[in-house]
Amino acid sequence: MADVKDFMSNDPIAWCPGCGDFGILNALKAALVKLGRKPKDIVIASGIGQAAKLPHYIKCNCINGLHGRSLSYAAAVKIANRELTVLVTTGDGDCYSEGGNHFIHNIRRNTDITVIVHNNQIYALTKGQASPSTDEGYVTKVQPQGVILEPIRSLEMAIALGAGFVSRGYSADMDHLSWLMLEGINHKGFSLIEVLQPCVSFNKKNTYEWYSKRIYKVNDDPAYDPRNFAAAFQKASEWGDRIPTGIIYRIEKPSYGEKSGLDKVPPLVDSNIDNIDITGILKGYA
Amino acid sequence: MPDELTIRIAGDAGQGMQTVSTVLAKAFKKAGFHIFVNQDFMSRIRGGNNFSQLRVSVNPLFAPRAKSDITVSLDKESVHLHRPSIADEGIMILDRQKHGITDNDSAYFDVPFYDMAKRAGGSELYANSAASGILAGVTRLDFRHIEEALKETFGDKSADVIKINIDAARLGYDFAKNNFKPDIFAIKEGGPNVNLLMNGNDAIALGAIRAGCKFYSAYPMSPSTTIMENISRYANDFNVIVEQAEDEIAAINMIIGASFAGVRSMCATSGGGFALMVEGLSLAGMLETPIVIVDAQRPAPATGLPTRTEQADLDFIIHAGHGEFARAVFAPGTAEQAFYLTVKAFNLAEKYQIPVLIMTDQHLADSSRDIGSFDMDRAKVERHIISKEDSKKVTGYKRYQLTKTGISPMAVPSWIDDVIYADSDEHTEEGHITEDAHIRISMVEKRLYKKMELLSQEIEEPTKFNIDSADTILIGFGSTYGVMKEVCDSIPRRKAGFIHLSQVWPFPSRHLTELLKGEKNILTVENNAGAQLAGLIRRCTGIEVDGSILKYDGRPFDVDLLLNRVSEVTSHGRR
Repeated sequence: MADVKDFMSNDPIAWCPGCGDFGILNALKAALVKLGRKPKDIVIASGIGQAAKLPHYIKCNCINGLHGRSLSYAAAVKIANRELTVLVTTGDGDCYSEGGNHFIHNIRRNTDITVIVHNNQIYALTKGQASPSTDEGYVTKVQPQGVILEPIRSLEMAIALGAGFVSRGYSADMDHLSWLMLEGINHKGFSLIEVLQPCVSFNKKNTYEWYSKRIYKVNDDPAYDPRNFAAAFQKASEWGDRIPTGIIYRIEKPSYGEKSGLDKVPPLVDSNIDNIDITGILKGYA
Repeated sequence: MPDELTIRIAGDAGQGMQTVSTVLAKAFKKAGFHIFVNQDFMSRIRGGNNFSQLRVSVNPLFAPRAKSDITVSLDKESVHLHRPSIADEGIMILDRQKHGITDNDSAYFDVPFYDMAKRAGGSELYANSAASGILAGVTRLDFRHIEEALKETFGDKSADVIKINIDAARLGYDFAKNNFKPDIFAIKEGGPNVNLLMNGNDAIALGAIRAGCKFYSAYPMSPSTTIMENISRYANDFNVIVEQAEDEIAAINMIIGASFAGVRSMCATSGGGFALMVEGLSLAGMLETPIVIVDAQRPAPATGLPTRTEQADLDFIIHAGHGEFARAVFAPGTAEQAFYLTVKAFNLAEKYQIPVLIMTDQHLADSSRDIGSFDMDRAKVERHIISKEDSKKVTGYKRYQLTKTGISPMAVPSWIDDVIYADSDEHTEEGHITEDAHIRISMVEKRLYKKMELLSQEIEEPTKFNIDSADTILIGFGSTYGVMKEVCDSIPRRKAGFIHLSQVWPFPSRHLTELLKGEKNILTVENNAGAQLAGLIRRCTGIEVDGSILKYDGRPFDVDLLLNRVSEVTSHGRR
């Protein structure tokens, strides 16, 4: 039996006290305990930002690379060794801005990876500029007249692009978030878990109090069917006085591993490459 | 009979000039000849003017000639465009009626090959098979070679289609034999030449397969794309995943991810795509992840001449990437070198946990030559990761453990019981983020000095030719190998020699300093405008070369041009 102690890292945490990231970290540990796999069989990929530091604070394999690029190496880790559980911890800037193209195309690629987007609606590592998800009108040092760009519609994008698992959690509701994470990991294919996460240092609008008043759980309503594309799209577009959380959209579809044939062969990493015989193909050049 | 012939097939894109040269290359090879084929394309799918040039000889060939003995014009435009490139006593094969050519020229040999195509198969589509037959007839090649070559080339087509192509070729062949009386191009056949016929991109793909590359990711970009196509062709049989990435940034980050997970991985691109990969190159340096990158150069800046050739990325490749880290850069000059160096690139990347780059260019990528088969003992996989079996014994693993050599044992995730932390921030031996100044110094020295010192001890030996007897020494890298070799071979009394660098980083400074001793006239030969190799030699060895022969029109050097330039120098002397 796995235990939360198995996932303890000794690396000192560099987040601000009260940061929503703590809730995400604890939820992830709880999900991984329930998953029952050993830390050595899990890889967490990340890019740059506060979210990207998370893999250091948990005991799992970690590849912490460049800003926006985490989905690229995460997808390839899964392709290289399909037996690994592969997660990404990314942020609203990392995933939706710098890595926007990879977000689009990795949904299409549909490798079996779980992407956790820490969405604090602000750039925190660079001290408070607008992110793609900052609410319109919010004032920052760089946007002193208030943000004029419309916020990105990330969940609608994901649904429109065909992601098989699209969800939203809240960092202060650990049990619910942990459940979402486990569901996402167990979903075969690209899973998106966007997490609303208050930034106590730089986002003075979207606070714990602000979120707590607005969020509700869609899956509490037995009539809500996450398999219904139109209903899910409508739900994903809801923002303001009421903010939906939970599994917004879920459908089964063939993953990259199935379509590429990878799932039928031993993991690529186990290939014996010592003396590959190419004499057969050389004949084609004679 | 001539010892060698150059045949040029010209037309607009989509007319199948390459098919004609492929068929002829196969046929002449069967007749015992050595082959060199190069391609001159415009960047378009239809129209424009392209040519494929085939050189056949009783001697091994390495480079193109400036002029052709026999030119086939498949369209009207080609007739006048290629007239100036016809050699003395050369001929131009054309279809006067089809193309409305009214002028007279003693070089013209009028052949109704479009009519032959229609007679054979009811369509002008078969004109290039008729042209193949005409060329075989003019050179008095045994028709069975053309027949076999057509069968091989159209092997995936129906028996009917193959027959029509052979019939069209037969009509052309008989016409040429009956109407082209002089035997000036008649060749003397020998036993079959059993060498392999391949271009640089074929060789790189085969090298990657042999080296155990199991993951290839790229965004299509001329002239690198045929590497991806080749690997895709063999992917199923060799269990390789080829992933067409959304952009070059994704491509390089994907191969870094696969490599982190323990799989040998590669990407290829051209200069513009490589520019996008530069951030990822630096990441590979920091994470200490082995990767192999091919830059098939084309003329730049920016989009440049997409289908043409240049060697202007030398400075860029050597210096690309923010920060300081070790790398190796190969610059193969032949398909053979491209094959062996690709295998070596994978071994070296894994040994030192670094990015290894292979620089080629459109000329090497797209030019085919007949080469001896590969020696697999020279292309062995050397593994440097902790094996699955040894992984069971690993405890207290630190990804960036400080060692005397600068190389930390590389483990594969899930093979060892410990977890692995790899980080792009400066990191501790465990791989966690740190700003400690002492650790920073140790890690910089590990990634740069220590690895470079070891890499410098196993630099690929430069090729040297006629160095002792020559007054003039040419120095080049990459695809100029062939033209330097043929030129030095043909200059009397071994007065010219050459040095070819197939590795340009770490720079072979010690080798060059040794080779360039004494009073010699030293010239670099470069397909660029900036004399980048000359600058690199100066920076690394202090040697100021006497001059540079540069070409930056987007076309490769040919034997005649370089011979002229070198002869001027050797006859007048510079000292």
